[in-house]
Amino acid sequence: MEDERSFSDICGGRLALQRRYYSPSCREFCLSCPRLSLRSLTAVTCTVWLAAYGLFTLCENSMILSAAIFITLLGLLGYLHFVKIDQETLLIIDSLGIQMTSSYASGKESTTFIEMGKVKDIVINEAIYMQKVIYYLCILLKDPVEPHGISQVVPVFQSAKPRLDCLIEVYRSCQEILAHQKATSTSP
Amino acid sequence: MVLKAFFPTCCVSADSGLLVGRWVPEQSSAVVLAVLHFPFIPIQVKQLLAQVRQASQVGVAVLGTWCHCRQEPEESLGRFLESLGAVFPHEPWLRLCRERGGTFWSCEATRRQAPTAPGAPGEDQVMLIFYDQRQVLLSQLHLPTVLPDRQAGATTASTGVLAAVFDTVARSEVLFRSDRFDEGPVRLSHWQSEGVEASILAELARRASGPICLLLASLLSLVSAVSACRVFKLWPLSFLGSKLSTCEQLRHRLEHLTLIFSTRKAENPAQLTRKANTVASVLLDVALGLMLLSWLHGRSRIGHLADALVPVADHVAEELQHLLQWLMGAPAGLKMNRALDQVLGRFFLYHIHLWISYIHLMSPFVEHILWHVGLSACLGLTVALSLLSDIIALLTFHIYCFYVYGARLYCLKIHGLSSLWRLFRGKKWNVLRQRVDSCSYDLDQLFIGTLLFTILLFLLPTTALYYLVFTLLRLLVVAVQGLIHLLVDLINSLPLYSLGLRLCRPYRLAAGVKFRVLQHEAGRPLRLLMQINPLPYSRVVHTYRLPSCGCHPKHSWGALCRKLFLGELIYPWRQRGDKQD
Repeated sequence: MEDERSFSDICGGRLALQRRYYSPSCREFCLSCPRLSLRSLTAVTCTVWLAAYGLFTLCENSMILSAAIFITLLGLLGYLHFVKIDQETLLIIDSLGIQMTSSYASGKESTTFIEMGKVKDIVINEAIYMQKVIYYLCILLKDPVEPHGISQVVPVFQSAKPRLDCLIEVYRSCQEILAHQKATSTSP
Repeated sequence: MVLKAFFPTCCVSADSGLLVGRWVPEQSSAVVLAVLHFPFIPIQVKQLLAQVRQASQVGVAVLGTWCHCRQEPEESLGRFLESLGAVFPHEPWLRLCRERGGTFWSCEATRRQAPTAPGAPGEDQVMLIFYDQRQVLLSQLHLPTVLPDRQAGATTASTGVLAAVFDTVARSEVLFRSDRFDEGPVRLSHWQSEGVEASILAELARRASGPICLLLASLLSLVSAVSACRVFKLWPLSFLGSKLSTCEQLRHRLEHLTLIFSTRKAENPAQLTRKANTVASVLLDVALGLMLLSWLHGRSRIGHLADALVPVADHVAEELQHLLQWLMGAPAGLKMNRALDQVLGRFFLYHIHLWISYIHLMSPFVEHILWHVGLSACLGLTVALSLLSDIIALLTFHIYCFYVYGARLYCLKIHGLSSLWRLFRGKKWNVLRQRVDSCSYDLDQLFIGTLLFTILLFLLPTTALYYLVFTLLRLLVVAVQGLIHLLVDLINSLPLYSLGLRLCRPYRLAAGVKFRVLQHEAGRPLRLLMQINPLPYSRVVHTYRLPSCGCHPKHSWGALCRKLFLGELIYPWRQRGDKQD
């Protein structure tokens, strides 16, 4: 079962949330960020090339122009491969764990998997981000030493940064699965 | 809890049979290791499983049945499969079924006993997780957090399901030793059933390594015995040995070679990786050294270098003379105390004159020395770089001497000034109590003290300027030496084998796993594919880096600045922490 809705992120950009219910114990949430806009790309390229041309008129060395082209190309490739995240996915599987995948614009995917035994809870937290107060969804991990303590807070959807309405949807679904898991888990 | 069945991808197309594997009750998961095909004799199966259990310390048992048939299973087959449950008792009993050519599976898990808690179902929900057996067997899991008080073989409740799966597959290697060409009593299907994997080169290397290691280990023990003999413990040689970084590097490499050629087998994978990394590091070092050697000795570059060396040393000495003449005049417009200036300037100029004469004395031998030094590059690039660092230290020895003179003079002056300043205020340093106490001085003590204080204070700028100039020169030389040491450290400690493994066989170093949900139909059990998530490069370097010489700066920046201000001598590249003046 699959459905798609559109939300907005904290800056007002459009996000698309795709929900897939594979089974009562397995759900996937896929958040697509706005793509790289042609306007910003053109603006950055023009700035770099104007600066290079200005330097060229000062120094009369044509190496500056080729260096500028090189820098622009390398910078774009680096940005697409290391910085620009296209899609963030959260896969939650009852009694197995939670998996977070970030897909970059160049196709690279980086995955983190947290076992269910380490997960204490999933909560929505508030944070001060620059001049705003934003909400973010995070996974609380159990402390192996102290039974009621928390060892780590792992934020989810870090680069998409959706607003509270989107987070509430994801939060409700995750809590259903966590409640089901806690009810049927065998205590050691 | 949902029952998780880990099924190897190599058995997906195997014929019907029994599922052999391990049941982990705390995680409610069944790890299927192999499929045992019909026909079989139950006694022989039980014997085989007992043998495997003893050899591998893994609780291998028959977990259930696997049915891979053309259409829906017939009545008789169904009853036969059920009767097997009586022959091999196991709780819960798994029944996996797949149609030939179909994509969807059916899984059931039944418990024979009555459910203990009211409301708990007699049948559990099953989740199928496919894993690549070869990759999971060969890979090593690097979990992010390691509990400090864990021992080997800890309870699986604390380790988690992934560690249990990897551990089970890795330790059950005994089960995978037979393939379908062996005439054994039972026929198994696993990742090696099409033929056991082996490599001729690896086998030959293993056979040859025994005698070679023995020979080289004896040679190396001879070398270490020679180097540990008493001649080297006497004063001049032991002093030189501790100061020169070349000796340090040679000792380090000897340790590495002893490790590589030791006849003891590596006990665990970590030691094996360390051995392999050491071999790779030594090989890279020697290769780079040979390249440097061929570059140096080709086209008589050594001659050019030797011809350029003495004029360069002369030039440096001349520049120092110009600097001193400048300091003796009015440097940067500051007004110096003429008498002290002349004394210090002439003292240092005489030193430089001695140094130039020494260099000219050495000049006919320079080319021979350089030629032999160039030969040392065949021992490795690190040895050549350490030699270079030592040569730089020797050539700039006069700068070091000037720095020591300047620092001592300045330190003396600062101590005198602070003590006389206390006298000026009527206080005294109490050595017994290690604090400043008030003290009543006589009039003549006060008079002499104030006079000396004034003299020292007005002579301070001159001394401070000389100290500043020579400290900056010394720091420059130390920075150059530091860069060379950094490069040597890099070559020494980079784990090349692990990096190469991460590049070419990324599944061998696992940071974790990732799951992919396969095609799903409502009402059918959930199917997931488990793949290995490789370790990022930064963690590979961090986990597997070899221990280096340990010549790191011991002071923080704050402590260094304080020492410079007070005029204490600094030794930023102190080796092995011995205190010498």
